[in-house]
Amino acid sequence: MAKHKTPLLDQLESGPWPSFVSDMKQEAEARAKNVNNVEYQIPVDVVEDLLGVLELSFDDGTTHWKHGGIVGVFGYGGGVIGRYCDQPEKFPGVAHFHTIRVAQPSGKFYKTEFLRQLCDLWDFRGSGLTNMHGSTGDIIWLGTTTPQIEEIFYELTHNLNQDLGGSGSNLRTPADCIGQARCEYACYDTQDLCYQLTLDYQDELHRPAFPYKFKFKFDGCPNGCVASIARADMSFIGTWKDEIRIDQDAVGGYVSGDLKPNAGAHSGRDWGAFNIEKEVINLCPTECMRYENGKLEINNRECTRCMHCINVMPRALRPGVQTGCSILVGAKAPILDGAQMGSLLVPFVEVNKESGYEEVKAVIEAIWDYWMEEGKNRERLGELMKRRGFQSLLEAVGIDPIPQHVSEPRHNPYIFWKEDEVEGGWERDVTEYRKHHQR
Amino acid sequence: MEYEEQKQLMIDQLMKKGKTKSKFYFSDLAKILDMKPREAKKVVNKLVEEGILEFWSSGSTSMYGLKGQGKQTAAEHEE
Ligand code: HEM
Ligand code: HEM
Ligand code: SF4
Ligand code: SF4
Repeated sequence: MAKHKTPLLDQLESGPWPSFVSDMKQEAEARAKNVNNVEYQIPVDVVEDLLGVLELSFDDGTTHWKHGGIVGVFGYGGGVIGRYCDQPEKFPGVAHFHTIRVAQPSGKFYKTEFLRQLCDLWDFRGSGLTNMHGSTGDIIWLGTTTPQIEEIFYELTHNLNQDLGGSGSNLRTPADCIGQARCEYACYDTQDLCYQLTLDYQDELHRPAFPYKFKFKFDGCPNGCVASIARADMSFIGTWKDEIRIDQDAVGGYVSGDLKPNAGAHSGRDWGAFNIEKEVINLCPTECMRYENGKLEINNRECTRCMHCINVMPRALRPGVQTGCSILVGAKAPILDGAQMGSLLVPFVEVNKESGYEEVKAVIEAIWDYWMEEGKNRERLGELMKRRGFQSLLEAVGIDPIPQHVSEPRHNPYIFWKEDEVEGGWERDVTEYRKHHQR
Repeated sequence: MEYEEQKQLMIDQLMKKGKTKSKFYFSDLAKILDMKPREAKKVVNKLVEEGILEFWSSGSTSMYGLKGQGKQTAAEHEE
């Protein structure tokens, strides 16, 4: 018998989709049975009380969680998010229900052993409920009590060799795509860059001094599997400088039907014979492709690296060999002012392991200095860019304006000349001028 | 300014403001120290290490307060 009646939540289970309510009930039952004889360090009925307080909120239309708090592990300003229930007598199991963020492995590579260790620790010292993964990318442990936090941190760092993630006005846990480990499109080693910057910026990750949150994300190519362009204050998107590599024989293979387009990904339905004109040439956003007399040509100067043709014919087309990344800035989710995509800041930079990623770090640190000095409290980089103008950002990071910074004339930023950049400045001799120009 | 002076300045200023507020943004602390953020951060980190300051977090925003002065669960807008 469930501890609390939850008719409104039960209804959520009636739909065709998997329901978090069913998951929670399953966990509540497993905790009650406790077949592994775990010495639970927080109330055994925590999940039942969580269901109960949620039902109450559905019923009275208001939240029963208090927001924020002082909990944390010593020396870290993030990684633990204090949550307290405002009906602790009715729901003692969730009187404290703090969230813990744990850094996910780069590219989300797990060994089953590690997953098991994570779950065992969380069953023992927490609610057993996890969120794999939160929107930022980290492992989220939902619900524990204040006395457990230092214990969990100790075990996590000493036995599992893993760190807490970022929260609050910190650098958030950096996230990357699977990259060169598995993906032939990757234009740089996303995992190495992500890992290295995570190590180098420990202070920024754990000790909050930014105006607000700051996210890095690393995509190995413009397919953007971690959607960095939409979700990161700084997005690092793999790209190439030279030409798309073409294997004309393989192009012929797709045209003749020997090779399956999109590596067979759309084979669930019969789409008819592959038509290169219709499915590739005409869909190129910059119309820079041509297929004539059995030969595919690309005008690479016009190519925007959208990846479409490469995705459709991966055996025939590959990114170039001079690879690196583009850096975009200012994306954010719609809290204030609506959602915003990243704006291009650096069209191409080498991602150079040998130099310890110096080129990339120089851009990052210049941006942080600018934002920490100019940003208002709770202002994301993208909002500061809008308020002060893209030109002020360019000046702060010492990058000269280039046409790629303008998405289209008159739409986004005007880059203005400054007086000292113009011969003769703004001053002029009006008398002299009037000699040649009537009023 | 020496660290000990900075520490005293921080305590005095936050006590003074403490009548109306218990939580402060990092930028408030940098202003008290009259330092650029990166430099101020080194001093603030030390103050946290020594247990003079402590962190407060809503989950999305972080703030600082004198240790023991803050309300455990008060929300950002509650003061
Ligand atoms: C060095 C010379 C010039 C400069 C610096 C200049 C600058 C500008 C600027 C800043 C605007 C406002 C654009 C906007 O906010 O949309 C503008 C608009 C305009 N200019 Fe010029 N201009 C110059 C020469 C000329 C000349 C020689 C003509 C025509 C004979 C001209 C015709 C116009 C027109 C028709 C508009 C209005 C466009 C619109 O609002 O859609 N301009 N100009
Ligand atoms: C057959 C002759 C022409 C046609 C069909 C034509 C057509 C157009 C059109 C469709 C626009 C865009 C209006 C809009 O933005 O909604 C335009 C804008 C403009 N036209 Fe013409 N035009 C002609 C001749 C001229 C000439 C002779 C001049 C100047 C000597 C001129 C100066 C301009 C200017 C300054 C603009 C505004 C540009 C801007 O602000 O974007 N046009 N014209
Ligand atoms: S973003 Fe590109 S490189 Fe990274 S996994 Fe996706 S397709 Fe591969
Ligand atoms: S990558 Fe996109 S823009 Fe470039 S040639 Fe292929 S389809 Fe065209």
